[in-house]
Amino acid sequence: MDATDQKRLLREMLFARRFEERCAEAYHERQIGGFLHLYPGEEACAIGVLEKAQTGSDYVVTGYRDHIHALKSGMDPKALMAELFGKEAGCSKGRGGSMHLFDPDVHFMGGYALVGGPFPLAAGFAKAIQLRGGQEISICFLGDGANNQGTFHETMNMASLWNLPVLFICENNLYGIGTAIERSTVEINQYKRVAPYGIEAAQCDGQDIDIVMTHAEKAVNYVREQRKPYFLELMTYRLRGHSMSDSGAYRSKEEVEEWAQRDPIGIYKRRLVEAGVVTEDEFHAMDKAVQDEIENEVVRYASECPEPRVEDVARYVYTEGGNNHG
Amino acid sequence: MAELMYWQGILRAHDEEMARDPLVFAMGEDIGVAGGTYKATSGLFAKYGEQRVVDTPISENSYTGIGVGAAMVGARPIVEIMSVNFAWLAMDQLMNNAAKIHYMSGGRIRCPFVMRVPGGTAHQLGAQHSARMEKVFMGISGLRVVTPATPRDAYGLLKSAVRSDDPVVIIEHESMYNLKGEVPDEEFFTPLEGVEIMRPGKDVSIFAYNISVHWALDAAKKLASEYGIDAEVIDLRALKPLDRAGIAASVRKTHHAIIVEEDEAPVGVGSEVMAIINEECFFDLDAAPVRVHALDIPIPYNHRLEKAAIPNAGDVIAAVRKMFGR
Repeated sequence: MDATDQKRLLREMLFARRFEERCAEAYHERQIGGFLHLYPGEEACAIGVLEKAQTGSDYVVTGYRDHIHALKSGMDPKALMAELFGKEAGCSKGRGGSMHLFDPDVHFMGGYALVGGPFPLAAGFAKAIQLRGGQEISICFLGDGANNQGTFHETMNMASLWNLPVLFICENNLYGIGTAIERSTVEINQYKRVAPYGIEAAQCDGQDIDIVMTHAEKAVNYVREQRKPYFLELMTYRLRGHSMSDSGAYRSKEEVEEWAQRDPIGIYKRRLVEAGVVTEDEFHAMDKAVQDEIENEVVRYASECPEPRVEDVARYVYTEGGNNHG
Repeated sequence: MAELMYWQGILRAHDEEMARDPLVFAMGEDIGVAGGTYKATSGLFAKYGEQRVVDTPISENSYTGIGVGAAMVGARPIVEIMSVNFAWLAMDQLMNNAAKIHYMSGGRIRCPFVMRVPGGTAHQLGAQHSARMEKVFMGISGLRVVTPATPRDAYGLLKSAVRSDDPVVIIEHESMYNLKGEVPDEEFFTPLEGVEIMRPGKDVSIFAYNISVHWALDAAKKLASEYGIDAEVIDLRALKPLDRAGIAASVRKTHHAIIVEEDEAPVGVGSEVMAIINEECFFDLDAAPVRVHALDIPIPYNHRLEKAAIPNAGDVIAAVRKMFGR
C-alpha cells in the first residue's frame, strides 16, 4: 500500500469518527431521534475489511451499528446524515433511520435492528449470486452478541452445506449490549464456534487496520475463489456506550481507558507519523478539513433539505403494480 | 380444460415459472428428493436440480431469511413451510424483514418473496399441527396474503405471487390437496386482490375463504332447495389487502351477511369483515351480521372434540336460518 492510500485510509477513519461525533451532537440537539448506536473505537473493522472487498459489487449487510459500513460501501455521507435527520433525501427517504440505512446502488443492503437477523439475509444474497453465477461475494458484519441467536447456527450450517460465498465478520467488542461476553457465552472465542460447521475461521486484532487488512484480504480471496463461507473474528471495543442512552455501569473506567490507548486512529496515525508518511501538522490539517467538510457540506445539506410529505406516509408499503401479473 | 387436483395446480405453476425464469427457485423441508409432503413439488428436483429445488434442514426461520435475502437481490424464491404451525418459527424473518424492507428502504429494495403454507385443521393432528394463522399474517403491514379455495386458484395465485414484487404468503389447506377442479389449459393469473363471487344470490352474502368456501357452497345449495333462501357465496381469496368495495357491494345487494372462518373468532377474518361492513354499508343491513367460526381453544386430538371445535356446512345453514327465522 503506497503513501497516498495510507493517508486516504487514515482520513477515512478520521472522517468516520468525526462524522459520528457530530451525530452525537445532533442527537443531543434533537435533530436526530430514536436510537443511535455509534462505532468509535471499531472503525478499523469495517474500513479495513471493506478496503479489501469489491465495494459496489460485493453485497454488504450489518446490524444497527451501521453508519460506517454504509459509508465505506460507498454511500454518500450527505444521504446518510439526511437519513438520520429524517429527510426525504436520506438514503432510505426518511423511512428507515439510523438502524435502517440502505443503498442498493452500491450493494449496501442494510441496517437491521433484530440481533442475528442479517445472518440468513447474507446467506440469501450469496444464494442469489450462486444461482446467477458471478464473482461477487456477500459480507455480513455482526457483533459477538448475535452469535447466541439461532440464526447464527442455522445459517452457518446452511452456508457451509450449500457452499455459499459469504464472509462472516464478527466484530467482537466483548459486550452484548450491557452484558460481558463471559457472562453470556461459554466459548468466548467466537471463531471456534463455527468449527463444527466445517467453516474456516480466524481471529485477529481489530484495532490495527494493517492487521485487519491482512486477514481480510485472505478471507475475501478465500470466499471469492473457493465459493465457500469464511468466518473472521475481529477483537475490538466500542469506546462509547451501546447507544446514546447507555449508563456504562457495566464496565470499569480502567477498562475503557485501556482500550482507548488502542484507538485504531491513534495506532495508525502513530505508525504513519513514524514512517514519515504524514506529519503532525498534516494530520491536524486533515482533521480540520474533515470537520469542515462534515459541517459545511454534510450537516448543512441534511439540515436544509426537506422532510417527507405527510401525504406520502403510506407510500412504499407495497410496490407500485404489486398486484400486476402476467 | 383439464381437471387437476389442487396439488397439481401448485405443481404446474412451479414448473411453468421455473422453466420461464432461472432465478425462480423453491426451498423447503422434503420438497426435493422426497417430492414434497403434499406432492406439490414432485418431479421438480429431477428436472431443475438441487440448486433450484433446495431441500432445507429443519431451520424455518433461517431458510425463510435466506429466501428473503435472495429476493432482495433479484431472485424469486418460493419457500414452502411444511405446515403453517412451523411458520411461527419463521415470523421474525417474515415480519421484520420481508414485510418491512420495501417500506423502510423508502422503496429502494423490493422483496419478491413467496411463502407457501399448508394450513388448517386436517384429521386428528393435535393442537400443534392444526393452526390457522391467517389472522396473524393478515395483521402484518407490507405482506400480501392470499388463500386458494380451488385448484384453479392454487395455480393462478402462485403464478401471480411469483410475478409480484411484493412478499406474498399463500395459505393452502392440508385437507384440500386432493380436491379436483377445472383448470384452464392456457396460462392465467389469479389477481392478488379482490373477491370472487362463487355463487350469485340475492338474499344473504356468505363470506368465506379457503376450505370454508366449500362449506358455504354446500350450505347455499341446501338453503336454496330446502329453505328457499338464495345465498350469494363470496370467496374473499385475498385476506391482505381485503377487498372493501367487493365486500360492501355484495352486502348492498343482499342486506344480510354471514362470515364463515375455520379460524377462532377473536381478532380474525370474521371480525375484520364485520368491521368493514360496519364502516362501509351499515345502513344497508337488514340484520346484524353473524360469524360462524371455530371455538377459541387449542384443537383437541379426539375426533369428536375436534369436530366440535371446527365449523361446518350445517353450522352455516343454522346461522342463516336463524337470521331469517326459517
